[in-house]
Amino acid sequence: MNDTHPVPPEINEKIEGRSPRPSIAPRARQDQRARRVFFIITLLPVFLILAVTIALLVRAWPILQAYPLGDLLFGQVWKPSDKLFGFGPFILGTLWVTVVGVLLSVPPCLLASIYLAEYAHSATRSFTKPVLDLLAAIPPVVYGVWGLLAIVPFVEKVLAPFAKRWLGSVSIFSVNQPTGFSILSGGIVLAVMIAPLIISVVYEIFATVPNDLRHASLAVGATQWQTIRNIVLPQVTPGIIAAIVLGASRAFGETIAVLIVVGNVPQIPTSIFDSAYPLPALIANNYGDMMSIPLYDSALLGAALVLLVIILIFNILSTLVLQRMLRRKWA
Amino acid sequence: MGMKKKYWQRRHLMELFMKTIMRISLVVVAASLGLILWTVVMRGLPAMNWDMVTQVPKGGFYMGKEGGVLNAIIGSLYLALGGTLLAMLFSLPIALYLKTYLGASKWGHYVRLSLDVLWGIPSIVYGAFGFTIMISIGMRASLLAGIIVLALVELPIMVRAMDEVIRRMPTDLEQAALALGSTKFEVAMQVVTRQMLPGIMTAILLAFGRGIGDAASVLFTAGYTDRIPTSLLRPTASLPLAVFFQLGSPFPEVQQRGYASALILTVIVLAVSLGSRWLSSRLNKYTVK
Repeated sequence: MNDTHPVPPEINEKIEGRSPRPSIAPRARQDQRARRVFFIITLLPVFLILAVTIALLVRAWPILQAYPLGDLLFGQVWKPSDKLFGFGPFILGTLWVTVVGVLLSVPPCLLASIYLAEYAHSATRSFTKPVLDLLAAIPPVVYGVWGLLAIVPFVEKVLAPFAKRWLGSVSIFSVNQPTGFSILSGGIVLAVMIAPLIISVVYEIFATVPNDLRHASLAVGATQWQTIRNIVLPQVTPGIIAAIVLGASRAFGETIAVLIVVGNVPQIPTSIFDSAYPLPALIANNYGDMMSIPLYDSALLGAALVLLVIILIFNILSTLVLQRMLRRKWA
Repeated sequence: MGMKKKYWQRRHLMELFMKTIMRISLVVVAASLGLILWTVVMRGLPAMNWDMVTQVPKGGFYMGKEGGVLNAIIGSLYLALGGTLLAMLFSLPIALYLKTYLGASKWGHYVRLSLDVLWGIPSIVYGAFGFTIMISIGMRASLLAGIIVLALVELPIMVRAMDEVIRRMPTDLEQAALALGSTKFEVAMQVVTRQMLPGIMTAILLAFGRGIGDAASVLFTAGYTDRIPTSLLRPTASLPLAVFFQLGSPFPEVQQRGYASALILTVIVLAVSLGSRWLSSRLNKYTVK
């Protein structure tokens, strides 16, 4: 008994008068030390978020001091050599690509994950799981290659002529440039990239709804879709919205894959067939040669800061909702 | 009566309709994986040859002359291995601390929240952050810098994946060990780690796969060179950047080698992904059920 107890009583007696605190058995001391080390390491993620934000803020400070925030965020002209640093075209470019990607991704992803959660046989599920894992494992640059080889020509030769023929009067579908390097190409690539994330999160959310509710609804004669539509969906709506926001924030920060297919023309886009120049692409393309022009590197890190802040807001909100919803499973 | 019958038919048609478009959606998602792989294989294979994986770039490589991307393959393996080891050093303690000491407490909640948030930060931001730190301490682009930034990218992925499996571990085993007088540290190291070994391996390989494919974070921090790095302080090439740079070339031969490089990267990543499935099913034999 005694030699497994953290503080064997005889040790207490031996050291009487030397220290007011009982000495601690070595294993318990090891436990304490490990606990302290583990605790410090565990603070690392929290510290890292602060460190990234503060470092970017410090380095972006000169440009934030030199220009009013409004001019930076909504300024239309980006010409570092003339000291004009308007993020407007880049922020809009990112928004366009993200919105197109999310709009293309959400309907099929929602339907697919509802199918997996509510209808599919376990065989279908166990076939789909590795497919989604592989889809998530493919590196961004490979998505970029796929976009370049398959999607850009498809947009150029199929979708753009189609839009020109049938949708020419709608301004967001007007074709103003001859190539397929466009917001639509970026959106299609992003839609596939964020699909595994959205599907797996939505699937998990559906699994939190207790089966009793489904059984009750089915027992009074509702069809399965009626049950999903009227019983399950209302329960999981916040989670679905959070999953979509999470997917959007992933799309928002995606760099290489989008950069390869989107054309990188700093303009205010008006159509999904226009080129755009997203914020991450701006940073990636220019970060090497920024030293020659004063304020240039500060401006680029300002761009990174804008990206970070928007993504932090998206992420914190969606994560809070998801954590609440997923905890219900264990409660 | 007629009304009732009509309603019955409509909702059943709706059921059939929804089920059909759901199936189509699932097929579309699964087919996109096939399309991607097909494109990369069909366009990558023609430019693929033995030189690609056994040679470093020779003179004039970037104008279509001889050589391969061995520098990038080795560089990427070094980067991802280093990043994964470094991330592991921190992830395992965090995941164990979350399980054995914090559990479902308020602090556990905050740490998990911060991990989820870190996971969402795009790698270009980590790259920019790493680069600003490097400038301020006077460090050049190097293998070491690339490893550190990759470790930052991989850390949240790894901890979340470990936490996911460790959290699901039944508490019986843990409580049995505690009841026998083990300290929490001993439980963490000898019971949780062993029991969760398959899950931990999967998490590590998942993070490795993510690390080896990441381009935006090593773009400024690891540099690029035609040589295989001989020291941690030398710059190093990486496969994603090799693909990226070759795509931007005006020479068709070089672009095609870019596709071949993408094929090499895809094969490595898929092998890691499939390997982790196989390994975790192998290791699962040695856990208490």
